[in-house]
Formats: sequence, C-alpha cells, structure tokens
Amino acid sequence: MPLLPPRWRLVALGVAVLSLPIAAGLIWLLLSGVFDKIHGLLPVGRPTLENWRFLSQGVGGRPPIYVPLLNTALFAVLVAALEVIIASMAAYAISRMSFPGRAVYLGLVLVLHAFPAVSLIIAIFYMLRLLGLFDTLIGVILVKASLELPLGIWLMKGFFDYLSWDMEMAALVDGMSRWTVFWKVAFPLVRPGLLALGTFALLSAWGEFILPFTLIVSSQRAMMATYLQSFLTEAFADYGMAAAVGLFYALPVLLLFVLGQRYLLNIYGGGVKG
Amino acid sequence: MKGIPVRLQGLSKSFGKVVALKALDLDVRAGELVAFLGPSGCGKTTTLLMVAGIYVPTEGEIWFDDRRVDHLHPRDRDVGMVFQSYALYPHLTLFDNIAFPLRLKKTAERETRQTVRQTAELLGIAHVLDRRPASVSGGQQQRAALARALVKEPQVLLLDEPLSNLDAQIRIQARAEIRRLQQELGVTSILVTHDQAEALAMADRVAAFSVGELQQFASPDELYARPANAFVAGFVGHPPMNLLKGTFEDGHFAANGVRLPLRTTAKGAGILGVRPEDMRLGGELPAQVLVVEPLGREALVTLDAGGVGVKVLIAEDRRPAVGSNVGVGYDPDRLHLFNAEGQRL
Repeated sequence: MPLLPPRWRLVALGVAVLSLPIAAGLIWLLLSGVFDKIHGLLPVGRPTLENWRFLSQGVGGRPPIYVPLLNTALFAVLVAALEVIIASMAAYAISRMSFPGRAVYLGLVLVLHAFPAVSLIIAIFYMLRLLGLFDTLIGVILVKASLELPLGIWLMKGFFDYLSWDMEMAALVDGMSRWTVFWKVAFPLVRPGLLALGTFALLSAWGEFILPFTLIVSSQRAMMATYLQSFLTEAFADYGMAAAVGLFYALPVLLLFVLGQRYLLNIYGGGVKG
Repeated sequence: MKGIPVRLQGLSKSFGKVVALKALDLDVRAGELVAFLGPSGCGKTTTLLMVAGIYVPTEGEIWFDDRRVDHLHPRDRDVGMVFQSYALYPHLTLFDNIAFPLRLKKTAERETRQTVRQTAELLGIAHVLDRRPASVSGGQQQRAALARALVKEPQVLLLDEPLSNLDAQIRIQARAEIRRLQQELGVTSILVTHDQAEALAMADRVAAFSVGELQQFASPDELYARPANAFVAGFVGHPPMNLLKGTFEDGHFAANGVRLPLRTTAKGAGILGVRPEDMRLGGELPAQVLVVEPLGREALVTLDAGGVGVKVLIAEDRRPAVGSNVGVGYDPDRLHLFNAEGQRL
C-alpha cells in the first residue's frame, strides 16, 4: 500500500482527531442498540435484540413505530415537493423577468434565509392556532416549506441563470406558450438542481425536530424526532432502546445520502453540465 | 412559401435607462434578404428579437404585410428563427427537433413525417435524422436548426448569427447554401451578423447599425462604394479603410503636417478615408515601411507617411523591405471625405 506523503499524513491525523467525538458517538449508538448494557464504549452485557422490540409493538403507551415513520415520510416528501415546485417557479420568474421591486425582493429573500427560524416559533404557533392548523401535519408542512423556501429560491435562481435563453426563445418562436416553455423546456434542463434541492429538503425535513415538537402535540401525529425524544424524557430513560430508535431513524437518511450525493455535490459544482 | 414585406416603424427599445435601439424606420421588401450588420451592442439583435416577438418594443410598430404584429405572441407571428447556439433540444433526435413546431401546431403525424423528411433532404441531413444534436457535427446542427425554422413554412425567416459557430471553411459553404435556399423559397429574411463579409456576400441590402442607431441602409455595393459616414466606412471592407483625422483647406487635406492635394471645396476639421486597395506604392508622398503582412495573393503594408499611419494593399510579388523608404500614392477619384461629425461630404 502506498503511504501518504508526510504532509498529508499530518492532515489525515488532524482530521481523524477532530472526527473522533463524532465517531465515538456513532459507535456508542451502534453498540447501545445491540447490547443490553454498555459502560462507555465497552459492552458489558449480552448481545440482544430486546432494544428493537419497538419495531413489532407499541412501547410504553406510544403508537406503533409505523405511525411516526409514515408521518415523517409524508412530512419530508411533501415539504420537498412543495419546496422544489414553488422555489423553481419563483426562481424562474426572478431569473427571467424584470419587474418592479425585483432587487428588493431578492434582498428580502436573502434576509429571510439568514433569519433564525426558532425566533419566529411563538408567532407561528399563534398563527397556526388562528388558522386551525395547529397539531396538524398540513400546518407543520406549510411552516417547514416556507422556512426552507428562501434557500431554495436562491439555489434555483443560480441554476436558471446558468441556462442560455436561446432554447426558451426558440421554443417560444416554435409555438409554445410562456407557461409550457417553463414546464417543458426550462424545468427539465435544471434537473440536477431540482434533484439537489429535493434531496436537501428531504434530509432537512426528515431531521426536523423543533417544528413538530412545538406545533404537534398528539402522539398519533408524532414524527420520528419527537418519538425518539420521548424516550429520553421519561423518568428512567431506556438508553438501549433510544439508541436503537436513533439508528433506525438514521438508516433512511444514510441510504438517501449514498444514493443522492451525486446531486448534492452538484449544488457546489455550479449547475448545468457543459 | 411566399415572401411578404416587413415594415418597422419608429421602433425603439429601452431596458430601464439603457436605450438599445433608437427610433428605427426600415422596410424589408417581399422575398428580400436584409442583413443587420454592426458590432455587439449596436441594437441589431434587439431589433431581431422584437421582430420575433421575444422583446416587446418600447415604442413603434412592426408590420408583416398588412398585419400589425408588434403586440402578438411569437407563435402567432408565423416566423422561423435560427439561433447562434442553434438552440436544438438536446434530449430530442434531429427528427423530433425539426418536427417540434409542426407537432405544436397539431399537424397530422403523416404530414409531419413527410414535411420533416422533405426539409431534411433539402438540407442534406436526411441520413442523420435519428441522431441527437450532440452526436452530429456543427454543420449538421446548424442545418437542423435551419430545417426547424423552415419546416413550418414561416412568412419571415430570422437568422441570428447562424454561421458564427462554424469553422471558417464550412462557413463560406453554408453562407452560399443559405442564400441559395432563401432565394429558392423566396422567404423574406433578416440576418443578424457582425461579420461584414457575410453581410455583403449574402444580403440584398444591408442595414448597418451602431450604438442603437441605423447608420446606413443600402445595397452591399453602395455600402462599400459610398459609405454614408465614417463608422460604415471603417466597419465595411477588409482590410478596413484608412481614416485620417485632419483639416480640409482649399484644395488640400492636412494631417500631422502632411498636405495632400485633392479636389474639394470643403473646409475645416474632417476625416479623409481611402481604402488600402485604392492606394499604391511608388507615389509622390514619402513614407517608411513599418510592417509587411503577406496575405497570400496580396500583402498588407503598414506605412508611416510623415507621422500618419496608413495601410496599403499591394500585389504579393512587390513586397518592400521593412524599414525601407518608399513613395506612396492614391487614386484621387476614390477618396471618401467626411466632416468632423463623420458624415459623408
């Protein structure tokens, strides 16, 4: 095996040291999930599948696992779909049309992106109550999608800006309407961007905790993040099961990341293939 | 396909505070090919996009025959357009690209197939119709773009720098081909180009633009022989015309201490233009050879004539040595005189 040059060995060592806490956390998660007792990172009990019994039955008055699982999946997919569609339409308009207030609007969107969402949470709570959307999936989906939109709009604007106008002009001359040009010509051409944004939104929604924690109370509408959290707030927290649930929660994300990283890298790669 | 006249009337376009085109009046006759010629940013493409219906004019009217079209959506104008980048749809085969406008018009599939095939044969790309744009040559892409523009038998054909992405050799061939096809079909056409040779070679008439204004609208011969102003004089012709700044005095033009006798009654500051091919070595004006550029059949010689730089086109076998002192002369009947504002005198 060829050794790395000395300078790179140093860098590799640095990276390894910095990553140690995260690696330790992951190892703990993995071990706690499959042993009935561990001290630090040392398993002291027997290997067991007891921690995974949440898969087949409701635990401690909680709904069966498929309820938060489906809720979270629905939440993530709908948030991603909403964000991709709305962000690309908004971004297309910003990229292609000149209208009064365009620059101001762009600036405001950027400020919104920088705004910490948590500081809005109480106002959002009241608004959802007022609209009758408190403790509903729809409510939390709308909130999450709106908070993510600024980033999505900026991202998609970048992708549209890269597209040459020629093809859209050609399509107009060929006989398409403005609307069909968007759907049939421009939209497919930014597919790498759509996939990147979609994956991003999906991951972000999948991991969302604060919004479902604040805006959803009934256990029938719990999400994976709040379901997991409920194991840690009990008087006698079952760390083994919490670890198992955590692992279970992380699996789809890992899978998506492996499948989707090509598109995620695209965000930084700058858009359209030359 | 029958050509129709196109009339632009008081047409102007501004983008915010930037004026891209100033009040343009221009008539294109039925079946004529008119070239819009000028450097980038001169308003030629803006004008073309207004005719196509992509841009909405800030002011003015566009008439196709007796139909006013400036407020119409592009698809209702009946124009075909070829773009510099060709703008072929990358995910479709050439066949589907060319069939695209017909399918949007909901033409019967059998008729579509037949028309696409005929057009492709006319342009010599029938054998690559099942390929995607990326897997055919640039020349074939260009023809496919032309076929897509022609397949719906448009009343007006718009060509936006259609040849500038082609290799030099194919370009000469393609320009003759487009011209032949255009004349055969008799379709009224507008060609936008920054290449004066292309404009002169292809067009019935050339509209020369500069900074958003029409400078001259005339036949290629007229444009070359009698440029309306110094801009056209310098832009049309290769190598470009010598333009000397100086003063007209009675019977003379003075520039940098050189006095050139000429028959004129003009007075005051002005510009004297003379094409390199209208000058010769072996005249009465002393000069020194600075550069000699062999161009094959001819050579372009740059001279310093008493502080005035001029270029002279000579036969290749008469090349002088660099640094040598020569005499330079010119044909007094082929001088172009412009006033200080650049207008032809």
